[in-house]
Amino acid sequence: MKAKAIVVTSGKGGVGKTTTTANLGAALAKLGEKVAVVDVDVGLRNLDVVMGLEGRVVFDLIDVLEGRAKPRQALIRDKRVENLYLLPASQTKDKEALDPARFRDLVRYLLEEEGFDRVLIDSPAGIEKGFQTAATPAEGALVVVNPEVSSVRDADRIIGLLEAREIRENFLIINRLRPKMVARGDMLSVEDVVEILGLKPIGIIPEDEQVLISTNQGEPLVLKGTSPAAVAYMDTARRIKGEEVPFRNMEEAQGLLSVIRRLFGGR
Amino acid sequence: MWWRKRSKEKAKERLKLVLAYDRAKLSPGLVESLKRDLLEVLRRYFPAQEEVNVALEERGEKMVLIADIPLR
Repeated sequence: MKAKAIVVTSGKGGVGKTTTTANLGAALAKLGEKVAVVDVDVGLRNLDVVMGLEGRVVFDLIDVLEGRAKPRQALIRDKRVENLYLLPASQTKDKEALDPARFRDLVRYLLEEEGFDRVLIDSPAGIEKGFQTAATPAEGALVVVNPEVSSVRDADRIIGLLEAREIRENFLIINRLRPKMVARGDMLSVEDVVEILGLKPIGIIPEDEQVLISTNQGEPLVLKGTSPAAVAYMDTARRIKGEEVPFRNMEEAQGLLSVIRRLFGGR
Repeated sequence: MWWRKRSKEKAKERLKLVLAYDRAKLSPGLVESLKRDLLEVLRRYFPAQEEVNVALEERGEKMVLIADIPLR
């Protein structure tokens, strides 16, 4: 992706925006980029705890926007991987303090003056002001979607709003895919979601228990494991960097039953 | 399973329909009441008119409402 400021969004809550932001941030840093992940969900701060950096929060985004702290004071350096920084959201301050124009200036400052290669912005759920502010500095977007009707519908709304804001370099992250359910025709496939939404995928992340386990431990999955979701996030980060990485086939034959089903014209 | 309709097909059909209405900023209920009114008007001209079908169609960038008036 050419976009350096990328908003991670979904419309619907609970589809994996924060996990995706944390893992792609860590994965891009692992691949050598200097990355800032920014939590814009004022009042419902979560990126810090998903990344396991909650104990080190002193200043937050609103402190920076209102001049009480310098960006460098508020940025928390992740010690587990070089060049990964978190800018936490405020848990207590007024949402109204999050001024879109100031936020845009801050993201620009991080990219132009502080030498960041990439800023990933974790958007709050919804399509209201929080999302609009998160999208203000963005040049591109990652739309996180689960293969499920309500998530796909909300993703469609979000894609429309991104286009209205002239944010054009947008891709899907299809999250929580369950290949076995897809194989038996009980879950929308990647192709279905892409056809319905008319946007290309840049990441396909399978459902993986390790995601919750790593969140429990406060360590982004890509920093510790090679589980299916970790591998998928690393692949996604490579694609964001511009590498051609083929999508892994997650719908391979799963035993005799699926072979028989295919003989009868199923998938 | 191959012996029953796969639930994802149903999901896909429902999504395509609801997204057509969402994108056109139309509520399905509004189109229903348009149908009733259309039928009323049609009956002034064709008293035997029994039905009219109104469907939303995507034509490239545009959303189009198609009224299908079967004449007997």
